[in-house]
Amino acid sequence: MTTEAPEEAEAIDNRPAREPFDLGLGNLSDPRVVRAIELIWLEAQLLDDKDYEVWQTLYTEDAKYVIPVEPNVADFESSLNMVYDDARMRHMRVTRLVQGYSMSAVAAARTSRTISRFTVQEITENTVTLRSAQVLVGFKRDKFQMLGADLTHRIKIAGDDARIDLKVIRLVNSDSAVNASGFLL
Amino acid sequence: MTVPTTDRSGGFAGLAADDRVAARLYTDPEIFDWEMEKIFYSTWVWVAHESEIPDAGSFKMAHVGLQPVVVNRDRKGNFNVLLNRCRHRGASVCEVPKGKANGFTCAYHSWSYSLEGNLRGIPYPDGYEGVIEKKDLSLQKLRVESYNGLIFATFKTDIEPLEEFLGDAKIWIDRFMKQGAGFPVKVQGEHKFRFGGNWKIQLENTTDGYHFPIVHRSWMASVDAETADMLSFMTDEKAVTHALGNGHSVAVMVPEHVDLEEDDGSEELQERFRHIIDELSETMPQEQVRRIVRTMHGAGYNLNLFPNLSLSMSFFRVLRPISVNETEIQHMALGLDGGPESVNRERLRIHEHFQGPFGFGTSDDSEAWDRVQRGAVANPDMPILVNRGLGREETVEEGWKTSHVTDETGMRESYAMWKRMMSDDN
Ligand code: FES
Ligand SMILES: [Fe+2]
Repeated sequence: MTTEAPEEAEAIDNRPAREPFDLGLGNLSDPRVVRAIELIWLEAQLLDDKDYEVWQTLYTEDAKYVIPVEPNVADFESSLNMVYDDARMRHMRVTRLVQGYSMSAVAAARTSRTISRFTVQEITENTVTLRSAQVLVGFKRDKFQMLGADLTHRIKIAGDDARIDLKVIRLVNSDSAVNASGFLL
Repeated sequence: MTVPTTDRSGGFAGLAADDRVAARLYTDPEIFDWEMEKIFYSTWVWVAHESEIPDAGSFKMAHVGLQPVVVNRDRKGNFNVLLNRCRHRGASVCEVPKGKANGFTCAYHSWSYSLEGNLRGIPYPDGYEGVIEKKDLSLQKLRVESYNGLIFATFKTDIEPLEEFLGDAKIWIDRFMKQGAGFPVKVQGEHKFRFGGNWKIQLENTTDGYHFPIVHRSWMASVDAETADMLSFMTDEKAVTHALGNGHSVAVMVPEHVDLEEDDGSEELQERFRHIIDELSETMPQEQVRRIVRTMHGAGYNLNLFPNLSLSMSFFRVLRPISVNETEIQHMALGLDGGPESVNRERLRIHEHFQGPFGFGTSDDSEAWDRVQRGAVANPDMPILVNRGLGREETVEEGWKTSHVTDETGMRESYAMWKRMMSDDN
């Protein structure tokens, strides 16, 4: 044994220690954040259950539900999206998904999604904006399908009531080929 | 009328009759390989719209058949279509889907090429002294010609000029571009998706009016009454399909929107565009407002250009064969270059409503095409029928075989071309 080894080990570890979890302006134990995460997980379950009629009640009337094509776009209105739904489009979409006349919805994959990696982007007096990662596994006709996405949810909180005011789904493959789907993200 | 069989004594042509084709055309990998050779590498294939490469140095990646190419506009304003393959050891020279560049430098050993594809620089060139001449090692260039903004390329130097190949489809391309309402048409974004089926399934679909009310019932139910009414062409006698020759065909769904410059003033503008009508009326004369709003849904027809492009009402639909049972589709949303922002945004919303992986229409189309491929595996010798409307097909003044828009005249035209090209022995 020489005395050099411990010195080397020290040299490797001399990087500054990372800040203890910096989760943005908020903090995961904030009750508003906990409330928002609960809502997001409830949404995930309703979507996997394809319970779209209940799902849409999670949204505020002015809410936007967006799946953009370009990875970094911020101006959704002037860009082409895969989905850019206001209340009217959302209602029509739900009708389409549940009425039984859409062959892709009838034959849609069974899905199971996991949402995690929550970070707090912003907390204001009555909103919480969270980012998270979603992995969705779908199964249809002997084939598995996987979709990964970065999610942004802005949740409006008024007393006991919390609703989604904005949901942006940035698929990791959004600007590449995304297969047609009879389910919602 | 012969029933196609697996017997190839008649060559590929024996698999396609005038009114039916063997299901094997969707499932046989050997046929697919020959299609690349005899069709995609032997004729004009659409690669880009001019608006996608607007400036000197603008480029985009594309494919001709299975082969990757880069399409660019050089400083002289010429379009170049270059194989995306370095002449040194074969690496791709471009991996950015679209952008602007002065040229292309291979990332492997840094050979660099001009926009025209000429080999400009080789690092440490002394090893090559007396071994190579730079002028012999340009990127392989395809023959390029364009018509009304549409850029096509071909590997063949000896085939007819593009305009001859397009033939009577040119009239319909010109009419299609009138949806710019005085502004040039521009691509304003695209959706890409793949389906598990052969490319010809989608080729057929563009002029298949027959599936519309069935597959798109849920979309029809979601739009306003005026839009639904506009597209209720099933029993409209003026809604027809023409075979235009060379595999091209056109399906007219909204007869009154065939020539958007023809306006007798009788058509009421759709109430759904009220906000736009009001906004434009503040600064524009009424005729111009009318002209723009009447073009909002695009041209009144789908034009199918053999083998890979369709000008589909208000968007471009591009097909790219991946393998015998996989095809990639691009749906490119169109807008008015320099036109009112609100109009372009409205066109994006209309596009999103139907098109794309989560659109109300595309997802159902894609499901139907998947099912064709799955079904066609069952007895691949059993024919696929494209005989609807044979009894009522007639030849109109222009010399175009014509039938109702729900008839399979367009598909028969495509397969006639398929047959001609596949049996061509040169
Ligand atoms: S492979 Fe391109 S420079 Fe070597
Ligand atoms: Fe369709």
